[in-house]
Amino acid sequence: MSMIFEITLVAVVVAVACALPGVFLVLRGTTMVSDAITHTVLLGIVLAFFITQDLNSPLLMIGATLVGVATVWAIEALQQTKLLSNDAAIGIIFPLFFSIAIILITRYAGNVHLDVDAVLMGELAFSPFRRLMFLGMDLGPRALWTMLIILFINCLFIFLFYKELKITTFDAGFAAALGFSPVLVHYGLMTIVSLTAVGAYDSVGSILVVGFMVGPPLAAYLMTNKLHVMIALTVLMALVNSVIGVQLAFMLDTTIAGMIAVVTGVTTLTVFVFSPKKGLIKAFLNRRKEQKKMDQRLKTIEQAGR
Amino acid sequence: MENNKAIVIDHLTVAYDAKPVLWNISCGFNKAQLTAIIGPNGAGKSTLIKSMLNFIQPITGSIAFSTMEDEQVPYKKMKNKIAYVPQNTTVDWDFPATVLDVVLMGRYGHLGWLKRPGKKDKNVAKQMLLKVGLPTFASRQISQLSGGQRQRVFLARALAQEADIYIMDEPLSGVDMKTEHIIMKLLKKLVEEGKTVIVVHHDLQTVEEYFDHVVFINQEVIAQGSIQGAFTKDNIDKTYHQDRNLGEGEG
Repeated sequence: MSMIFEITLVAVVVAVACALPGVFLVLRGTTMVSDAITHTVLLGIVLAFFITQDLNSPLLMIGATLVGVATVWAIEALQQTKLLSNDAAIGIIFPLFFSIAIILITRYAGNVHLDVDAVLMGELAFSPFRRLMFLGMDLGPRALWTMLIILFINCLFIFLFYKELKITTFDAGFAAALGFSPVLVHYGLMTIVSLTAVGAYDSVGSILVVGFMVGPPLAAYLMTNKLHVMIALTVLMALVNSVIGVQLAFMLDTTIAGMIAVVTGVTTLTVFVFSPKKGLIKAFLNRRKEQKKMDQRLKTIEQAGR
Repeated sequence: MENNKAIVIDHLTVAYDAKPVLWNISCGFNKAQLTAIIGPNGAGKSTLIKSMLNFIQPITGSIAFSTMEDEQVPYKKMKNKIAYVPQNTTVDWDFPATVLDVVLMGRYGHLGWLKRPGKKDKNVAKQMLLKVGLPTFASRQISQLSGGQRQRVFLARALAQEADIYIMDEPLSGVDMKTEHIIMKLLKKLVEEGKTVIVVHHDLQTVEEYFDHVVFINQEVIAQGSIQGAFTKDNIDKTYHQDRNLGEGEG
């Protein structure tokens, strides 16, 4: 396998794995909570690293995922006091956890791989250098396997709980009346988001993960009115964005994850403007049509008045 | 005497943040009748419904349900026999779903976790769309519905639950006359089939025409009984004029 192919493969798997839970984040309007999670899992990674002293330990994953879920819990506990607005609660918890993690890294972990730049930005270009060996066989980039497992978990979660995710997202009250606990599904989804963020931080960095999670589903949301089509389009968008992003990054010799995020931003905005169903141009045309109709009616009223 | 009651609420007190919303509520809802819950804004009508549906844990008191088969059981054992119609303004109608998707949600309770709706469920859902007068709307986007159509879709979803007890939060608010007639006709038919229907209602003008039974609520139960006996000017005045004094308390 050539290096660029391996990098593209990792990028695609990361992008799709992130975008899938993103579908429900976008529909629930909780993208900012996921932004918080994708940053605060860093605290979990750092704390678990101090305990295990091993960057490849699975404990790192579990610890970080737990901190992600704890973030959601802390934000919601603050929101439930009703003493401050919802986004203010996010604004308190997220920088607090995140900055503690940054301080811990700069102060105590300066000599290991956990350097601030890599953690914030991540680097897909390095992914082929860290390989997974099994019985002396080279199985490919380690990140590829990690993210494939996470992608599988995400697919399984959405496949198994599709109905539950759908009903709790659309009508939480009705779902609760039927016995589908919206809280349980919510925390399930947040666990998946945390796990994905932890897996992706290594290759994409914690700053960009949220872009990978939100961009493709948002574009897909603007293109369709069917949930299963939205999921399919999300996967497609994630795939296209990452392939184009990797190519452009190699051409321009720049950060790959950053380039994918830029491509994601551009494609999402393009869809936002041109979408035939819910795009900006369509909305403008609709408004003009309504305006014309109203003008016509006003005219008839004026004429009748005369 | 109690065995003609589908729901019996016994000394129920509910509070949000140590502020009582419902105070010592005791009332019953007759089987196979249409009952209106009536009271001013903030009287706790929605809270009463949410307590019945087990969303809110009361401080004291109990709520028990009875049907042909069961006697005096709590909500959890009955949830598949109780249909719920929330206010249709509480959901995002831009959610990517078709009308059939939403009506199918009424089947989810019977399916339980993990199982998917099958052909039989789809047939039930389509049948219910026919009942509410929207037979051609199955594949329509929910974002394209009018207010009255939304309410009918919610009703079809509740019908798809094939329940014995129907609890509805303001199903007639913000709907056109045509929808109101369709809904009331359906509710009367449900009652004829032996189902129990409980409706939070806001329009005093139509109470006598639409309902068999009425419960007046303003934090406490002000009055309850048949329309002939309880729907009096005196009770209406008591319910609607007391709201200034109640809630503030004596210091």
